[in-house]
Amino acid sequence: MSDSILLNGKQIQLTIERLSREVIESINFQNTVIIGVQPRGVLLAEKIHAKILELTQKEIPFGRLDTTFHRDDFRRGKSLNAKQTEIDFQMEGKNVLLIDDVLYTGRTIRAALDALLSFGRPQKIELLVLIDRRFNRELPIQPDFVGRVVDTIEAVDVEVQWAAEVSENKVLFVKQNKI
Amino acid sequence: MSQLSSKHVIGIEHLTLDDIQLILNTATQFKEIINRPIKKVPTLRDITIANLFFENSTRTRISFELAQKRLSADVINFSSSSSSVKKGETLLDTVNNILSMKVDMIVMRHPSPGAAHYLSDRIDAHIVNAGDGTHEHPTQALLDAYSMQEKLGSLKGKKIAIIGDIMHSRVALSNIFCLKKLGAEVTLCGPPTLIPKHIQSLGVNISHHVEETLQWCDVANILRIQLERQNTKYFPSLREYALYYGVNRQRLDKLSKEIVIMHPGPINRGVEITSDVADSEHSIILDQVENGVAIRMAVMYLLVNKTD
Repeated sequence: MSDSILLNGKQIQLTIERLSREVIESINFQNTVIIGVQPRGVLLAEKIHAKILELTQKEIPFGRLDTTFHRDDFRRGKSLNAKQTEIDFQMEGKNVLLIDDVLYTGRTIRAALDALLSFGRPQKIELLVLIDRRFNRELPIQPDFVGRVVDTIEAVDVEVQWAAEVSENKVLFVKQNKI
Repeated sequence: MSQLSSKHVIGIEHLTLDDIQLILNTATQFKEIINRPIKKVPTLRDITIANLFFENSTRTRISFELAQKRLSADVINFSSSSSSVKKGETLLDTVNNILSMKVDMIVMRHPSPGAAHYLSDRIDAHIVNAGDGTHEHPTQALLDAYSMQEKLGSLKGKKIAIIGDIMHSRVALSNIFCLKKLGAEVTLCGPPTLIPKHIQSLGVNISHHVEETLQWCDVANILRIQLERQNTKYFPSLREYALYYGVNRQRLDKLSKEIVIMHPGPINRGVEITSDVADSEHSIILDQVENGVAIRMAVMYLLVNKTD
């Protein structure tokens, strides 16, 4: 199988719009904050944040969270390079909407939950993802808002590419280089 | 480049520019962490680190220990005054005994130049040099560079003066290597007796006029007179040193610009620097101390996570 497109730019745009409306429908704007998971979840979170602002004229506090130092797969060949964490507000009592691009094993989100708690005790944390690879979970973590559910085998990667980095937003199935 | 080129940090001389930049960039993320409400990450929770201090230290030792605790490492402390070293045990025996208790990293300060290098050839654990005699003190140079960058941005082409007892200072040597690698210009200033011969071969300027040097520089890093390492008289008296080389308010007021004042500590107030300078708005001495924890977290984090 060669790389194939799961969502093209237009479809991603529609999905982001739908996710934003679902979020607007369910959240209370008093106490909500949006946190994007570094590096790639932040790009999606920025788009959702902007879309909610456009639809409601309400600015939700926005933060970026890096999970590197909280991961459990250290010294197993994962990247050492941490990205910026930027959370300029108190987390105590907040309703957090945590955003990442792809939910796969659940380990990044586990690390993100751990990292978030070092900023205080939020009232509630909900998870929004663009892609949910539902059959590959290694931890009991489920999303509250989902763009698209995909069933894939482990040999295939799902990659979200943003126009900030490549020519056009798209979601791809990428075949891994097998040894 | 996303990992260090070496499994030890013995001196800046043997770090590459990529290594230095990786450490400085990683320290930025750790600085954010130590300003969180909960200042701790679980990153090194499976790692045990021994701090071996064969020479006195306040700042460096507390800084390393805090950095280790912020990374959730297990820490054991050792100081030569209360150990079997007093009974005649050799350095290698002491270290091997500690390592056989499953220690992953050694942070060592030792009065002999080359002590950390000697160990690195003979043992398996990671070694961080926390000062070896008059040779190097790499984490101090890294935190100095980090503090300067925080204040001035990139150090390329910046003018840095190191003023004081250059001859006996490991901080000076590590700073020279670090600043030259980062592209800064360096001038050493002090009495001729306290500036080693041939040090110009490292690409630095020499000056014996403190006022000219202060006027030239963007940053003045002021060093202590290390009386404990001097066994002959290098200058007539501390008072005379203070008169000719001490940095005081009058000297700063004469300058046509503002400069940044740094000091690695411990300060001898009234000798190399007066209180009104050390405590002035130009001084970043306490920022240096804060940044030290972040730099040491970065160094230990990167060493432990280096894969072969």
